[in-house]
Amino acid sequence: MAHGPATLADGWGKYISRWVFTTNHKDIGTLYLWFSFAMFIMGGAFAMIIRAELFQPGMQLIKPEFFNQMTTMHGLVMVFGAIMPAFVGLANWLIPMMIGAPDMALPRMNNLSFWILPFAFAILTSTLFMEGGGPNFGWTFYAPLSTTYAPDTVNYFIFGVHIMGASSIMGSINIIATVMNMRAPGMTYMKMPLFVWTWVITAFLLVAVMPVLAGAVTMMLMDINFGTSFFDAAGGGDPVLFQHVFWFFGHPEVYIIILPAFGVVSQIIPTFSRKPLFGYSSMVYATAAIAFLSFVVWAHHMFTVGMPIAGELYFMYATMLIAVPTGVKVFNWITTMYRGSLTFETPMLFSIAFVILFTFGGFTGMMLSIAAADMQYHDTYFVVAHFHYVMVAGAVFSGTAAVYYWLPKWCGKMYDETMGKVQFWIAFIGFNITFMPQHFLGLAGMPRRYADYGLQFADWNMVSSIGAFMYGGAQILFLFNVIRTIGWGKPTDDPKVWEGAEGLEWTLPTPAPYHTFSTPPKVK
Amino acid sequence: MSTEGTYYVPDQSKLPIFAATGMGVMAYGAASWVLEGGSSTIFLIGSLIMAAVLYKWWSIVIDENMRGLASPQLKHSYVLGMLWFIFSEVMFFACFFGALFYVRVLVNSWIGGEAAVGWFDDTPTDAAAANAQHLWPGYEAAWPPMITPDQAVNGDAAQFKGPDQNMSFPGWDRILHWLPLWNTLVLITSSVTVHIAHTALKDDNRKKFNTWLGITVALGIFFLFLQVEEYIEAYQHMGLTLESGIYGTTFFMLTGFHGMHVTLGTVMLLIQWIRGLKGHFTHDDQFGFEAASWYWHFVDVVWVGLFLFVYVLA
Repeated sequence: MAHGPATLADGWGKYISRWVFTTNHKDIGTLYLWFSFAMFIMGGAFAMIIRAELFQPGMQLIKPEFFNQMTTMHGLVMVFGAIMPAFVGLANWLIPMMIGAPDMALPRMNNLSFWILPFAFAILTSTLFMEGGGPNFGWTFYAPLSTTYAPDTVNYFIFGVHIMGASSIMGSINIIATVMNMRAPGMTYMKMPLFVWTWVITAFLLVAVMPVLAGAVTMMLMDINFGTSFFDAAGGGDPVLFQHVFWFFGHPEVYIIILPAFGVVSQIIPTFSRKPLFGYSSMVYATAAIAFLSFVVWAHHMFTVGMPIAGELYFMYATMLIAVPTGVKVFNWITTMYRGSLTFETPMLFSIAFVILFTFGGFTGMMLSIAAADMQYHDTYFVVAHFHYVMVAGAVFSGTAAVYYWLPKWCGKMYDETMGKVQFWIAFIGFNITFMPQHFLGLAGMPRRYADYGLQFADWNMVSSIGAFMYGGAQILFLFNVIRTIGWGKPTDDPKVWEGAEGLEWTLPTPAPYHTFSTPPKVK
Repeated sequence: MSTEGTYYVPDQSKLPIFAATGMGVMAYGAASWVLEGGSSTIFLIGSLIMAAVLYKWWSIVIDENMRGLASPQLKHSYVLGMLWFIFSEVMFFACFFGALFYVRVLVNSWIGGEAAVGWFDDTPTDAAAANAQHLWPGYEAAWPPMITPDQAVNGDAAQFKGPDQNMSFPGWDRILHWLPLWNTLVLITSSVTVHIAHTALKDDNRKKFNTWLGITVALGIFFLFLQVEEYIEAYQHMGLTLESGIYGTTFFMLTGFHGMHVTLGTVMLLIQWIRGLKGHFTHDDQFGFEAASWYWHFVDVVWVGLFLFVYVLA
């Protein structure tokens, strides 16, 4: 452990084995982040294919069957391959540095959690090249589309999801064990940075619901291959059972994606406001409340499926309750900025955009939660617009902010501020051009997941596609800026990097040494 | 709990990448195996890789512990790891229990046209009645369902046929021939015996520890033997298979997954027994055994749930 990590100067063999055999939380964090960016580019390419096809009405470029595979794979790759691993990467890098731990609690399992992912996604994407094509039933894979009417390759999807779930569960157990067991002396729970808090609650959600997802795909596997009738009413089962099981996983899953994003923003906004976070403890309780509520609202995704009226009412009101803790968070971020000495570096720009656009996406969520109104919105582009406001402007924007914010600490070099700001404005404008019109399309009745549409939807679809290409272009700029920083960025050795930064990670030298906190710091 | 400055962070390790490879090969192999005309070869190769890695991995961890590398803090990480792993297993079973309750309580009566659409009012609505009349006429809600909705409509031409007999309580006169009851007794006894072994180990009574842990392993194997008997009985004499509609589905999936977990738990305890015979563990350092015994108690609790909701309350 005394020697430093192998670099390219030690030869390719040693350099590759460093990354493959590593037990270092920073190396594993880096692996997660690069993997996630690769998946982000792949999922983004699928989205570009979708938007290119929808640029004009009529079938232009691809066949409807392939379009279905693209919508499915775009969703799966972005949720499980891009966003989730990105936040696990941040957790790996930051949690040990933030709580004063020498590493993650179970370092070898940490490496295993990562290296399962390339196998899982190789299996998943290989189906695109198999006979029958890849999964074509939407990322929510409702039965019987995903069972009775699925291509044979669905079995690869099922087992891919299984090992990916194992990876998530192991990663989460590791985070929980690290936070519960590895905090430096004096680092009480209520002194932990909010990013650590949001992640430990996220990890709890993951351990609770990934096994349910495993159960759902196992039921599919049995129905498809072994003659069971979970999702077949002829045998006494019910296709709606699938939706209940899936959304019992799926609703906590969307908070799994957004809670770490809340954590990131709660670190960044105080730094550039030069004020401590307003309402720290209420932030912690709000996060816990959101996590609890996420388990009891799942059927609001299923208002049109034919539930008892009591069920519709319960799930409607329970869903609306989520606005309360979420509102607490939004007001706390705004109040943190109130009368602060604000500066608008790239991470801050992305964080402010997060607060505005996430709140917007939250409000459309409130509209969707009204069971009676949802009859009109259900499965239209309004839903697509809603969840892209929270997934993209929420999770992806905060992930981008996090990379800009901590990259100088990680590699000891500054990114190009102008390029970062240019990227922000292209991404911000491109994003809104893409998804704002989709609200109008949805309210006008355009259904989601179709390869073609009526002429009345043509104009806004064209606008949306133009915005999508803009947003896609901004990501190339992001990649370029990150590579440029790591290779040729202006060196910095200021431990704080940012004037207003607070927290243990900013007490370490810049760039952060390979092993940090071998002796635990004292926290007052 | 705080960092004590001696936390053991292992150096580079080849174990994880081999484990990930094993899992990847297993997943790919399983998916190609279930396809028509598929072969099990790739899956078996993956399983062998996985078995070898796990053997090696645990050997290394045990060896590290014997060399004194595992600080109390690291041991606490292992404790947390095991407990949260068991929690994830609880949620896996919760998923299948949830499916059972949903089907039994709601779906069954909906298909039979019995229940109303609202929970506040249980008179059948026109919609429920019409549903039953048009979709599955003649199907009457019952649990266990001995005929499927498919059979009610299509008779012998049905794809899904209900079982000839079910596994529910057979009446007091035949209670001694009711295998699930014996299974319950065996498993509950084994939870007691593993606890006796634990107490003996804490008292440094090695002989007693070895004996009672050995008895626990034997009871685990006996449970599995009875379970296999039950399945043979079901398939050969009761017409109860995976394909017997939702009853066969839930019965075999719940008891089957439980059986797989008993198998895993038995293997875990067997390994701890062998370690005990080799002189591993002390009265205050016995995590491997404790983890296996927690797992065993968990498997036992799941069985009690199964016994109630799959066998008794039917």
